[in-house]
Amino acid sequence: MVVDDSANTVGYEVTHMINDQFPSNVAYSLKDVAFSYSKGKRAESEAVLKELSCLILSGRVLGILGPNGSGKSTLLKLLARVLQPQKGAIEILGESLPGLSQLDVAKRVALVPQETLQVFPFTIAEMVLMGRSPHHQGWGGWHWEDSQDWAVTQNAMEELDVAHLGNRLVTEVSGGERQRAVIARALVQEPQILLLDEPTAFLDLHHQLDIARIIKRLNRERGLTVILVSHDLNLASQYCDQVLMLNHGRLAAMGSPQTVITPEVIEAVYGCSVLVDRHPQSGLPRVSLPV
Amino acid sequence: MASVSSRTLTRSRWWTWVSLAWVLAVVAFVGCLGFGTQSIPYSRIITVVMESVFGPFTEQGLGDPTSVILLQVRMPRVLLAFFVGGSLAMVGVALQALLRNPLADPFVIGISSGAALGAAIALLFGLGISVGSISALPVCAFAGALMSLMIMYRISSAQYGFSVYTLLLAGVVLNAIFSAFIMFLTSIADPNRAFGMYAWLMGTLTGPDWSTLGILVLYLGAGLVILGMHAQSLNLLTLGEETARSLGVEVERVKKMVFLAAALLTGAVVSFSGIIGFVGLIIPHAVRLVVSADHRLLLPVAGLVGGMFLMLADTVARTALSPSEFPVGVITALVGGPIFLWLLTTRQTQLGMK
Repeated sequence: MVVDDSANTVGYEVTHMINDQFPSNVAYSLKDVAFSYSKGKRAESEAVLKELSCLILSGRVLGILGPNGSGKSTLLKLLARVLQPQKGAIEILGESLPGLSQLDVAKRVALVPQETLQVFPFTIAEMVLMGRSPHHQGWGGWHWEDSQDWAVTQNAMEELDVAHLGNRLVTEVSGGERQRAVIARALVQEPQILLLDEPTAFLDLHHQLDIARIIKRLNRERGLTVILVSHDLNLASQYCDQVLMLNHGRLAAMGSPQTVITPEVIEAVYGCSVLVDRHPQSGLPRVSLPV
Repeated sequence: MASVSSRTLTRSRWWTWVSLAWVLAVVAFVGCLGFGTQSIPYSRIITVVMESVFGPFTEQGLGDPTSVILLQVRMPRVLLAFFVGGSLAMVGVALQALLRNPLADPFVIGISSGAALGAAIALLFGLGISVGSISALPVCAFAGALMSLMIMYRISSAQYGFSVYTLLLAGVVLNAIFSAFIMFLTSIADPNRAFGMYAWLMGTLTGPDWSTLGILVLYLGAGLVILGMHAQSLNLLTLGEETARSLGVEVERVKKMVFLAAALLTGAVVSFSGIIGFVGLIIPHAVRLVVSADHRLLLPVAGLVGGMFLMLADTVARTALSPSEFPVGVITALVGGPIFLWLLTTRQTQLGMK
């Protein structure tokens, strides 16, 4: 089976794939996935995601885009199995996602939430070390960290440049430092897939660039599949191999940034006309607001 | 061992703190035994404690009046204070982690009054007497605690972005509702019984015997094992339920188990000592500041320190105005209340209230 990821894949058909042999380069396959936060009668009408089918390739960076309330974060949570869909099937790396234990999911996928709040005085090192927890099968979760946990944690903290912050409290460091530490926590899970929910949302320009480069580097050097939710069309255009556009919980478009980030798609999804030209360095689409 | 941070938990650090806390607890225990209407020299106290643990080894044995006072009056009471204080502190730790709210305390959010209502119903309808070997009192208190925990949890998870203030307000209202029920029950009860209930509701540690202590220890043991084994899951839950789930925690199962343990501990404690407030608030906070926020260490150390705190507070309560005494709940509220207010006004950013 050939997977053509350069084509515009609006309404991508994956029916055959789920039943047939699973290609090795697919991280996720979704078929007719629907999710609603409401229950009972209102579940249908208030569904956040509807009839969502797509294939997400491994080893790439995928950006999930869409207007507010289009279901981006919800989709990411379904992929992390933080939430479970009411309808449809999700497969991760060839296995049924509902069939895996929470621990097994955590060994394959790491989630970097939009915001990390902590009201208790945990240190950065303690918080990063918590990422090792899926690798221990304690009685009720009780375990001690071993020397491997420490080594992996030390490495990840150095890679993300937070090793010097080990003794600082999570609440004391800046937003950019905290975000890097949370990415370090995701890395010590040793996942194959990294999910990030608006990783640059609360950061200034410098830290946005910093995080974007880190994500790209992790994808290249570690071969991590990266799936990120973003509001920033330009960031997605520059740093994602593929983008997925959601609109009212449905797949509006999926494909390379060149095929999805177009004035037509943006007009259809966001309901406003924008100017799209080429980035002077990369030649990738660049979105500007009209005067 | 690589040192990512000198402040993360290692086995040796765990043993150091836990041993230190145990040593201090034993010292405080023996220290508190020395206070009372009759003065007993510490050399005698230590001998009696040793003999009660390892068997008599002096000629005097354990038959003299001093030994009887120590073994039948003071020791059960001081031990009760230790168990009650320790349990309240550990329930506080668990609830704070679960609700991600450092101001959660079994008393503040209405769990204790739920347990008290259960116990009051049992007392007034004469269920206080044992049915077979099982006393109905702690069972009813456990049911009351579990009920109020469920209500509180339903309220706190009903809407997204539930604030610390809303939780505290809900606790105040829950307390008021349960107190109204309890007041109603005491007003229709016969006056003798009602008086006993008032004394008990204020928080008191008077008159336990060894068999009541035995029952208490059974409940506490079960609760403690459940809490202890979920210590690491509690660490992860402080990051939020979704993050905890993404780190492999089966959140719903863990929550149920921790609620069960919290209800067991609160129910048992309240049925034996009434409502003693704020221990579950101040002790975890202090231990986190000094020792660690890691629940594997925080739970046992907060338990031991909570036990110590209540032993000392009760010693003051029963000796300061000797020969009369006042409820220990007065002391914990007078110490804990101001600390609560201070936290509320100075730590708003950390509490996520701003």
